Amino acid sequence: MAVPQVAAPPGVRVKRRGRSWKGWQFVGPFMLVFAFVFLAPIAYTIYLSLYRNQLVGGNSFVGLDNYTKALQDSQFWSALGRVSLFLVVQVPIMLALALIVALAIDSGRLYGKAFFRVSIFLPYAVPAVVATLMWGFMYGNQFGLVKNINDWLGTALDPLAPNIVLASIGNIVTWEFIGYNMLILYSALATVPTSLYESAEIDGASQMKIITAIKLPAIRGAITIATIFSVIGSFQLFNEPSILRPLAKNAITTFFTPNLYASSLTFAGQQYNYAATVAIIMALVTMVIAYIVQLRGSRNR
Amino acid sequence: MTTALRTRPASVDAPVATKRRRRKSILLTGLVALFAIYSLVPMVWLLINATKTQDGLFSSFGLWFDDGKFALFANIKETLTYDDGVFVRWLGNTLLYVVVGAGGATILATLAGYGLAKFDFPGKRGVFAIVIGAVAVPGTALAVPTFLMFSKMNLTNTPWAVIIPSLVTPLGFYLMWTFSAEAVPDEIIEAARVDGAGEFRTFFKISVPLLAPGIVTVLLISTVATWNNYFLPLIMLKDPDWYPITLGLNAWNAQAATAGGQAVFNLVITGSLLTILPLIAAFLLLQRYWQSGLAAGSVKE
Repeated sequence: MAVPQVAAPPGVRVKRRGRSWKGWQFVGPFMLVFAFVFLAPIAYTIYLSLYRNQLVGGNSFVGLDNYTKALQDSQFWSALGRVSLFLVVQVPIMLALALIVALAIDSGRLYGKAFFRVSIFLPYAVPAVVATLMWGFMYGNQFGLVKNINDWLGTALDPLAPNIVLASIGNIVTWEFIGYNMLILYSALATVPTSLYESAEIDGASQMKIITAIKLPAIRGAITIATIFSVIGSFQLFNEPSILRPLAKNAITTFFTPNLYASSLTFAGQQYNYAATVAIIMALVTMVIAYIVQLRGSRNR
Repeated sequence: MTTALRTRPASVDAPVATKRRRRKSILLTGLVALFAIYSLVPMVWLLINATKTQDGLFSSFGLWFDDGKFALFANIKETLTYDDGVFVRWLGNTLLYVVVGAGGATILATLAGYGLAKFDFPGKRGVFAIVIGAVAVPGTALAVPTFLMFSKMNLTNTPWAVIIPSLVTPLGFYLMWTFSAEAVPDEIIEAARVDGAGEFRTFFKISVPLLAPGIVTVLLISTVATWNNYFLPLIMLKDPDWYPITLGLNAWNAQAATAGGQAVFNLVITGSLLTILPLIAAFLLLQRYWQSGLAAGSVKE
């Protein structure tokens, strides 16, 4: 997540005198597979993005033409806009809720703390496919909960309607990841020494003040990490819309998110070169935003 | 983020103990209970609806049982036998991908994380920079190019297409590196070397036991990732015989939408339940490990 400060890896004793190739026996196998499934595809993607394959003329080098095309492609922009909207709305809501739960559990004032910690975390163990199918059924107008609600209240709610389907997807993603983020934040809170705020309590500081002045600054690193993971997740959004699509054909287009767009370019359109270009642009956008989040997160330490 | 992730393996419980004495709050417990309900309701829905027949799904209230008809066992039987027991085949495939993919990923990440933390070797900084940089590259952005590359090598539509990319987990590598740096004292390794033990003997006899909580965490994380994998197998596999369970469930769900396809929502729901039970069981049984392991990996100033 964002570019590392490689200079001094923590905990690593640099023993110049013991420098030898022995370490490669351990690192080598990983690096070999890593080169094959990470580095080679990245290189291949960059290569593909610089070429164009035409019926007449075959494979030809086109420089940055594919990139210019993508930047003028309204479908690409619509996909990017949609995940950006998702990012600025869903991520803050999810992280705020996760933070509230983490603070509540950490406060030590709950009955049944262990139960809450585990049960709120459990959705993390549910595959995205199953989560989306479950919520999709519940959203559904055939035998879902929404149908029951509509029958009772005489309403005509439809979570899969084009104008709110993004919010419905946001709910699924929030459900899946509140617990995971809660656990990251809670683990960070648990390592804040109580002595830090016990004296503040004795001095009569309010809980709110203790949270904003002591606890939140202390877990800034964890909040940054959770944010970066969520940013990456938002830009990669694919599973949920792709699985919901059969239920909401009109609402979820083939270019609903950049990843959906790239995969339909590849498999429906056979436009490999252009799909590769979209993938590269999204990787760059993700890295830049993740880097900005990291810079902001580490400022004012 | 390097500094943010630096950590001491799991001292989560210590500060918590001192907080137990606090006054409990019913209001706060109620608030967190709302989150727990939100997290658990979809799973309760799944459990209840797994007891219904295909017709019962449509005719009964979503969050209560269908009067008189308890079809859970019939559903389980039908799920396991439908279409010549293809569900069992998918379950077997998933197990194969998890054992070889996640198991292999854990071994590679453990070796590499340990190697990076405990050895000084030529190219060490490069290894660190490249792998950490790769964490920022969205996995799904790589999926399409990896597919193109694999199809050139005739690897698509074979189990290898799913297994090989699962073998590399930069996050697992990162966790094992921080964990090794903290959990295995240099002095112990030095002592073993002085006694004439080889590097691998030292690793297996001395280091692995110390690394156990970290290994379990990485194994759980990569098991969840492999078990839940959807996008990669979706693009790599055409032959349903090699589908993992997630893809199979989605295929069953989509079957209702195709012309002339038999709607088997009761099987989708029961199959979903059978899919998440092993993971939930694993998480509940291994709580102590992952709660401390995640804490170790993800947070602390």
